[in-house]
Amino acid sequence: MNGPVEMTYREAVRQALQDALRRDDRVFLMGEDVGRYGGAYACSKGLQEEFGEDRVRDTPLAESGFTGAGIGAALGGMRPIVEIMTVNFSLLAIDQIVNNAATIRHMSGGQFSVPLVIRMATGGGLQLAAQHSHSLEVWYAHVPGVRVVSPATVADARGMLWTALECPDPVIMFEPATLYNMKEAIPADAGAVDIDRAKVRREGTDISLITYGGCLPKVTMAAEHLASRGILCEVVDLRSLRPLDDEVIVGSVVKTHRALIIDEGWRSGSLAAEISSRIMEQAFYELDAPVERLCSAEVPIPYARHLEEAALPQTEDVIQSVLKIVGAS
Amino acid sequence: MEGGTVVEWLKQPGDEVHHGEIIAVVETDKGAIEIEVFEDGILKDIAAAVGEYRDVGDVIAQIEGVAGAGVTSSESVAVGGSDTSTPRRIRVSPAARRRAKDLDVDLDIVSGTGVAGAITISDVERTAGATGQGAEAEAKLENRAAGIDLVRMRSAIGAAMTRSKREIPHYYVSATIDVTRMTSWLATFNEEVPVAERILPAVPLIKAVARALDQVPQINGTWADDAFQASKEINIGVVIALRGGGLVAPAILNTNELSVAELMAKLRDLSGRVRQGHMRGSELTGSTFTISNVGEGNVEAILPIIYPPQVAILGIGSINVRPWVVDGEVRRRQLITATLAGDHRASDGRIGARFLGALDKLLQEPEAL
Amino acid sequence: MTGPDGKAPNFDDTLTREHARVLVAKMVLIRRFEEKCAELYSTGLIRGFLHLYVGEEANAVGVMEALGPADAIVATYREHGHALARGVSAGAIMAEMFGKVEGTSRGRGGSMHIFDAATKFYGGNAIVGGGLPLAVGLALADKMQGHNNITCCFFGEGAAAEGEFHESLNLAALWKLPVLFVCENNLYAMGTALERSESQTEIYRHAQSYNVPSEVVDGMDVLAVEAAARRACDKIRKEGGPYFLENKTYRFRAHSMFDAELYREKTEVEEWKTRGPIVSFLDKVKSEGLLADHDIENIEQEVAAEVAEAVSFAERGEFEPIGDLARDVYTPEAEAAP
Repeated sequence: MNGPVEMTYREAVRQALQDALRRDDRVFLMGEDVGRYGGAYACSKGLQEEFGEDRVRDTPLAESGFTGAGIGAALGGMRPIVEIMTVNFSLLAIDQIVNNAATIRHMSGGQFSVPLVIRMATGGGLQLAAQHSHSLEVWYAHVPGVRVVSPATVADARGMLWTALECPDPVIMFEPATLYNMKEAIPADAGAVDIDRAKVRREGTDISLITYGGCLPKVTMAAEHLASRGILCEVVDLRSLRPLDDEVIVGSVVKTHRALIIDEGWRSGSLAAEISSRIMEQAFYELDAPVERLCSAEVPIPYARHLEEAALPQTEDVIQSVLKIVGAS
Repeated sequence: MEGGTVVEWLKQPGDEVHHGEIIAVVETDKGAIEIEVFEDGILKDIAAAVGEYRDVGDVIAQIEGVAGAGVTSSESVAVGGSDTSTPRRIRVSPAARRRAKDLDVDLDIVSGTGVAGAITISDVERTAGATGQGAEAEAKLENRAAGIDLVRMRSAIGAAMTRSKREIPHYYVSATIDVTRMTSWLATFNEEVPVAERILPAVPLIKAVARALDQVPQINGTWADDAFQASKEINIGVVIALRGGGLVAPAILNTNELSVAELMAKLRDLSGRVRQGHMRGSELTGSTFTISNVGEGNVEAILPIIYPPQVAILGIGSINVRPWVVDGEVRRRQLITATLAGDHRASDGRIGARFLGALDKLLQEPEAL
Repeated sequence: MTGPDGKAPNFDDTLTREHARVLVAKMVLIRRFEEKCAELYSTGLIRGFLHLYVGEEANAVGVMEALGPADAIVATYREHGHALARGVSAGAIMAEMFGKVEGTSRGRGGSMHIFDAATKFYGGNAIVGGGLPLAVGLALADKMQGHNNITCCFFGEGAAAEGEFHESLNLAALWKLPVLFVCENNLYAMGTALERSESQTEIYRHAQSYNVPSEVVDGMDVLAVEAAARRACDKIRKEGGPYFLENKTYRFRAHSMFDAELYREKTEVEEWKTRGPIVSFLDKVKSEGLLADHDIENIEQEVAAEVAEAVSFAERGEFEPIGDLARDVYTPEAEAAP
């Protein structure tokens, strides 16, 4: 293994795309402004120069059309990566994702698969207001037939794409927009990682903090602070939102007997609600306190910084919730 | 008590409130009552403004659980009243319930320290440890700042009282004491200070007892090695009843050296910590004399049992309004009945009577306390 | 009928007896198969939605004649005719409608979702307009892989109101993809007449606006459809880029089995029936001496046998074990090799 190199999440995504395009001729990237512009979040900068306009394909503003074309191309033997600028825009393509990508294998009796990766930015924190900041991962995680993942570390951003491309079924990958500038050191030869399992990012005994995506850094910070106060939090990064890794989630709760789920989605009908239910179903007798959730306020995410901060789960909220649950406040 | 009038809000809507904090004061026919909250959260709506009367059980405020942006449970704060409380299902975490079954622990005797007072695994284990291995559990209790162990406590009380009744030859001396001066002094005093600094009637009583013990040291101390050991310190244990049953009598160390205001602060701190289960070992073992003060209610007298190894205990009934002869005239006065139980091995009724006399005299000059 | 480019269909000049027989046999198979479906629906053996193609057979049959085995088909929920014309087994289709595991889709799709990998039949799609982007993607895959295949996409005129219709025409034209768009304009989107839902009732004009070459075709004339489809396919294979056919046709039966047909006059239906694709083609081939009555009788007998065998196959079939309910939601790991 080569020594660690520090890079941004954005660069890790770019390298993952580049790597995939080099490794497999069937792989191509398409989406709005992925080519000449270099990607709305600059994740595909320089790739059109290297791979040409066919394989790094700019699309018109037609989310449903080009997402459906991605599904068709996957059916036709390609390994497309469709980039949708942000999860809010993906709603224009949700028909194709839910009615076609997710159904075709089962509805065709197993005759056709859709080996497609759809990447999109998600979440708030950049003052982009209510049509660019939502966390609708759960809408997709609700649907059988697709897999949903969210890399929350630079290493996962570097490694998940290839694994997703190897998957014969549609994979939707949520990249939290706030993480693109995050820097972490990863091995220079970092490669594919599994996309099946949740990961315990930090071991602890007092409470399980279950989260994913853009909330992970905030939760990790809270856990560090709480450790200085003698409260040892176990931080679980879900990584895969569908399927959920019950084994790791429940295993952690069995160990700590308490759980707080931190989810940037809205509370009602959230992933946090789903996880809470699963804990109740599978680990009720292990619980030493009610399972709690920390979610976004149920408002369209506002523009003004102070309002946006108030709407999203923050490190301090995590700390206060933990103190309350472990009875130390 | 049927209700009360809100005198003051100590917290305003939007303020954070924490478990055990006092958020409001309500004037009742039994005096000013502090409204304590049992949840952490944000005070939201105040449903009873200052000056408004509410029945016991009426909602006077809403507290919204703290979860940052995500808001959870709403809890209402109602006007409190011990005589209207209805029995509630004991809150036990599922894991603690299973652990209790495994360890054969009766959940009725476990005191909860978890969220909303729920019994947690560690509460069950502590109780199991206490009933199983007494001494070790006692050491654990002292070492652990948090948690009250009702089982250990009950068995300790039971054992102590049995031993007391078996070994200590009790004598009883009783006196009716006019506390009208004390209560009116208190009322005047309280009018002039902010609500948060108001003094409860128990405080001058405790202070007067401490000073009376200074004058009659033969009943302040312990019985050990077949002899009375007088104590230089006057550490008065104050009996506090716990929610869910059980009693503790933590000591107010060096009671006689504290001013009335300091004593009030101390008592407030102590009762707050007792309710949250945060007591110190010295407070549980350091008493040299104990007061059992019935406080509100309509109790004439309380005949206490000495808490070994102490040699005396004072029982004080409720403050009752009675006709009483003062200066040859029948007057409406506020009276208490103070009953001293003494250990005949250490003292006798004459000393007990002297103590009560000193107490009476001290209470007639409350301003000098 | 002439197309908007002014060219007259001329394919019937070369019609042979054999080819006439094939066209009749296919159209009659679709007709008799679906009549049987309606009957079985009334007995309860077929459930769900059942959309019959009766009256529109010339479109599927004519277009399929122009396609090769490597070409792909994307169809709608009214797709029995397309599947049969494409050569998907009648037994497997019937078994699918019976909900049997021997069905094309193991009984998971029913009437609206016939899939067949062997004939590159990418499904009946029950979202109006939902199949068009898939067709664009299939064509894109062919183009990127250097295959000279065509993806043929069927849809009704109702789809022209959907955004996906316009997105797909634009993408196919922009990227010069080999898509044959076939609009089966039967004048009613369910119960809504074309002029009540479209500001532009000449659907092919939409294609023109995206620079997609287009033709208007008599969808009741199988030869006209075949000729147009052959022209379209030749152009696509030679020049790349999409082609658009607007086939004017008519559905003789209700939209589905739940349709009381309150939105059109019986006289209108009867008038269209006189131009029925089978009856008019039979008149033509008989008058030209290509087929005789006994030929047609033979065809009817063969078709009756095939339909009977399809029903029997479906009846003999098994229901998929409930234990397999979740099978194929995802690809099993064993199959998951990249």
